[in-house]
Amino acid sequence: MALTPNIERLRGSKNMFETFPLWPVQASTIAGQLDLLYVFLLLLSLVTCTAIFTTITVFAIKYRRRHGREAEQIHGSIILEIAWSVIPLGIFLVIFAWGAIIYFHERTPPRDSTEIYTVAKQWMWKFQHPEGQREINELHVPVGRDVKLILTSQDVIHSFYVPAFRIKQDVLPGRYVTAWFRATKPGTYHLFCAEYCGTMHSGMLGQIVVMDPSDYQTWLATSRTFGSLAAAGQSQFEQLGCPTCHRFETQGRGPTLNGVYGNPVTLEDGRTVIADENYIRESVLNPGAKIVSGFKNIMPVFQGLVDEEQMNELVAYVKSLSVPPAGSAGNPTLIPPGTQPQHPKE
Amino acid sequence: MSDSLIALEHPTELQHHFADMEQQKNTSTFGMWLFLGTEIMFFGGMFAAYLIYRRWYYNEFALGSRSINIWLGTINTMVLICSSLTVALGVRAAQMGKRKLLVTLLLITMVFGVAFLGIKGVEWYQKYEEHHVPGSSFNASDLVSVGQKYGIHINQAHSQIYFSLYFALTGLHALHMVVGLGIFTVLTYFAWKGKYTPEYHTPIEIGGLYWHFVDIVWIYLFPLLYLIDRKPFH
Amino acid sequence: MATAVVTTERENYINSEYGIRSWLLTTDHKRIALLYLLSITFFFFIGGFFALLIRLELLTPAGDLVQADTYNKLFTMHGQIMVFFFLIPSIPAVLGNFLVPMMIGAKDLAFPRINLLSWYLYIFGGCMMLHCIVTGGVDTGWTFYTPFSTAFTNTKVIEAGLSIFIVGFSSILTGLNFVVSIHRMRAPGLTWSRLPLFLWSIYATSIIFLLGTPVLAITLLLLIFERAFHLGIFDPTRGGDPLLFQHLFWFYSHPAVYIMILPAMGVVSEIIPCFSRKRVFGYSFVAMSSIAIAVFGFLVWAHHMFVAGISLYSALFFSILSYLVAVPSAVKVFNWTATMYKGSISFSTPMLYALGFIGLFTIGGLTGLFLAALGFDVHVTDTYFVIAHFHYIMVGGAVMGYLGGLHFWWPKISGRMYPEAWGRLAAAIVFIGFNLTFFPQFILGYMGMPRRYWQYPPEFQVLNVFSTAGSTILAVGYLLPMIYMLWSLRYGKIAGDNPWGAAGLEWKTASPPPTFNFDETPEVTWEAYNYDEIPMPEEVSLER
Repeated sequence: MALTPNIERLRGSKNMFETFPLWPVQASTIAGQLDLLYVFLLLLSLVTCTAIFTTITVFAIKYRRRHGREAEQIHGSIILEIAWSVIPLGIFLVIFAWGAIIYFHERTPPRDSTEIYTVAKQWMWKFQHPEGQREINELHVPVGRDVKLILTSQDVIHSFYVPAFRIKQDVLPGRYVTAWFRATKPGTYHLFCAEYCGTMHSGMLGQIVVMDPSDYQTWLATSRTFGSLAAAGQSQFEQLGCPTCHRFETQGRGPTLNGVYGNPVTLEDGRTVIADENYIRESVLNPGAKIVSGFKNIMPVFQGLVDEEQMNELVAYVKSLSVPPAGSAGNPTLIPPGTQPQHPKE
Repeated sequence: MSDSLIALEHPTELQHHFADMEQQKNTSTFGMWLFLGTEIMFFGGMFAAYLIYRRWYYNEFALGSRSINIWLGTINTMVLICSSLTVALGVRAAQMGKRKLLVTLLLITMVFGVAFLGIKGVEWYQKYEEHHVPGSSFNASDLVSVGQKYGIHINQAHSQIYFSLYFALTGLHALHMVVGLGIFTVLTYFAWKGKYTPEYHTPIEIGGLYWHFVDIVWIYLFPLLYLIDRKPFH
Repeated sequence: MATAVVTTERENYINSEYGIRSWLLTTDHKRIALLYLLSITFFFFIGGFFALLIRLELLTPAGDLVQADTYNKLFTMHGQIMVFFFLIPSIPAVLGNFLVPMMIGAKDLAFPRINLLSWYLYIFGGCMMLHCIVTGGVDTGWTFYTPFSTAFTNTKVIEAGLSIFIVGFSSILTGLNFVVSIHRMRAPGLTWSRLPLFLWSIYATSIIFLLGTPVLAITLLLLIFERAFHLGIFDPTRGGDPLLFQHLFWFYSHPAVYIMILPAMGVVSEIIPCFSRKRVFGYSFVAMSSIAIAVFGFLVWAHHMFVAGISLYSALFFSILSYLVAVPSAVKVFNWTATMYKGSISFSTPMLYALGFIGLFTIGGLTGLFLAALGFDVHVTDTYFVIAHFHYIMVGGAVMGYLGGLHFWWPKISGRMYPEAWGRLAAAIVFIGFNLTFFPQFILGYMGMPRRYWQYPPEFQVLNVFSTAGSTILAVGYLLPMIYMLWSLRYGKIAGDNPWGAAGLEWKTASPPPTFNFDETPEVTWEAYNYDEIPMPEEVSLER
């Protein structure tokens, strides 16, 4: 059973606003934006409370019961009612907009993010790097790089929460969800599970280790790897017999997978969907749900035959078959289509 | 107050906290309407779940609809509509003070109700024989074969959801029907005893409201479960 | 001065009949209210006991008081008991049952026997919950999220679910009784615009009871079926959707929080004018704001799901609506404050609770604005920030309102005055204990401490210790009224018909009231809160 891990002390900045005792370290690009909203809301609340409490106190003292003075019966004032409805509403809408903008930012991973597959299970976190490294309860990332997590759960709903980054995303079984961050400060930060998931929910802890780019390269080079994720996926692809129907040079009984990921797909019932991670996942586990136009519903069902980590490998492989957008820095995960599988590095 | 005065101003059915019979009747009727409103919300949650899944698992739900007996469902619909007719006629009989007619109509209504439940039982038994009852012995491979004929893959787990909702919806409806029969048993008994007069027959009216509601729920269930998308494949 | 025994008592609802049967088979709304009072107080102490165990465990970072599974059961059952068996019934079933007929000038509610049935359903559900607790309990969190609750936990989900299902019908029937009574049984001359604001709140609450509770009922039923028969409605491995459960659950459970706060707001709307000797400022706005809260409250449920995996656009919709629903609450706070302007204010125990309510509800409500901000919520949802927020509203708000109302109407209910000095002391202790318990939790939450954590990293300990210390003070504050109110039944000063000089039909009859409330049906020719016409009570001094 995992007990409280020995989390090393936070390293880093001496700037008091970054290690202010009222909030966690600001270690991502979002954190500062969020803390600014927090301060605004705190000040707004302080002003509002002071105004209301002072008014009440003044009234309580000034109008306390005294002999010879009677209360004055006042019905109301439409002007006041309108004022104190409209003005708060205006302020609320400002807060709404501010929060919405940050949220949009939080939920829109940048293109070309490094993608890391995350599997949550009772009661641990498993990470699969595109270069092939696997980690349990610990995730190494370089500072300054956009990192997108593709998360799924093996059992119940969990939630991936890194207070220092100010990100949180519920992790659902049967589906991929995404979360992203760009770390701004090297250090080790708490990872919590934030959705109650059973006995050791409070023990499902991890750490995010943010490293300087050079340290990170060192770590990549020296950590044990089984070949890139996409290569592992290609190996799965072959083992499961997929090339029988999904051919590359000729048209097979199944659609060719080159260039599928990220692009629209027309289905036989006329709908068009974008082939994202969830589409690929569903195509493997429940192929009959969406039949590509012009093809028959004859693909076998792989539900129960692949686990989450194997699924991640397959997804990574299929993604690697899409042409990268022009101008991206060489993405180490891509494998040219049709390449023979590499033997795993040992 | 003398007894005779009390009797004049205080009909025996008037409850002590009401000012007069009219207030009592309006209040009781309003109460029943509100209660039926809560029942709409109750069924509504399940209808929402059904409609969402119907959209997601169109094929399995369509085949599920085909596999339940539309003839029995139609007969049941007719049975219920007739029973609502006899209820309405019963209210009229009470308004006219025709005790024997009222009792007869209430009894016929109950017969229709029992018939409905019996037919439903037959339907459920058919489902049981076909292994379409959700749970450990659920098996929809027959539906899978039908699907294959049309070149459609049927996911048995999704079929099970259809049947879960089918049994939950029709089961809850049947339960309400049983409660309705209980209510009508009581009403019939008191009607036979002569308790209901043209001046006082509120229980018949509000019992009738309940029965009509149970009928209306079925009128929604029937098309949603049995009728729509029976022949989705070309 | 205390009077030990009153010998020449008029007939009232307490002495009209003796014997346990006359209580257990009563249809008198006032007796039923007392039956509820006893029952919910019992559950309050059970739920509170679980809370104390939770706070004790959280004194230290390690899980060292109870086992993890036990802790998980403690917070689950604390939530279920407090929400379903204490807060939701509290003001409606105790004060509402007692006062609604009296405030409308009627002899009883529309359906007295259904009222009794309501209480029996509550007891039945309550016994089932107690049985569930002693035979192992349930550990899913009060929110029962799937698939954990349907396919993973080994605890007594079905029994807990059933008990809540049953007690839900108690609520529905209570709400039905209130709506029908307020519509159809008002005394002559009592128009809607002359209704006390407490009744407007109860009415709005009852709408939510009627429309929302059935959805919880069906959700729990589906949950129970799923677990019992291994269906797949909410289980992804069987083709179901766990988010569907969340939507169905929150569709009720969000309006439920308005069930918990609206009646307390109604109580405050009665207390403030009485102890300011003034009509309520902006009566129609306060009345309409209750209805607005009830209506808008049905449109915001998915703000509990901003990180659950809903779409961006869904989230936008629910966020903006959550800000809309905050406006009527703010309007109430401003109107209450304005009611004090140029009033003649005295600081009785009920008034202290009402003022405490305004303070704590304001803080709780403001933090709701924080949570409704999408980006902000991502960081603090599922942390102690949310826990602090809802306890400010439910404990700092609803429970204070309940205690204030209990003290305010205690003379009417029992015919006795509680000891005023003790009342004020207890109110102060509750206020201090409450803030010490829950304010640190806002900080803990933003710092990143998740909720439902049996053990936590050491840097969170200091604030947890403060919180636990506060909870012990709070416990004392809650015990005191138990003691002195019981004491007052025998030794309290005899209250007259209207010791506060308050407006409202209930004060125009004896304390305690006769069984049929009024000797003659009143006829109302005055506006609500006609404090210009009501003389101040002789003994304004509230000293013992």
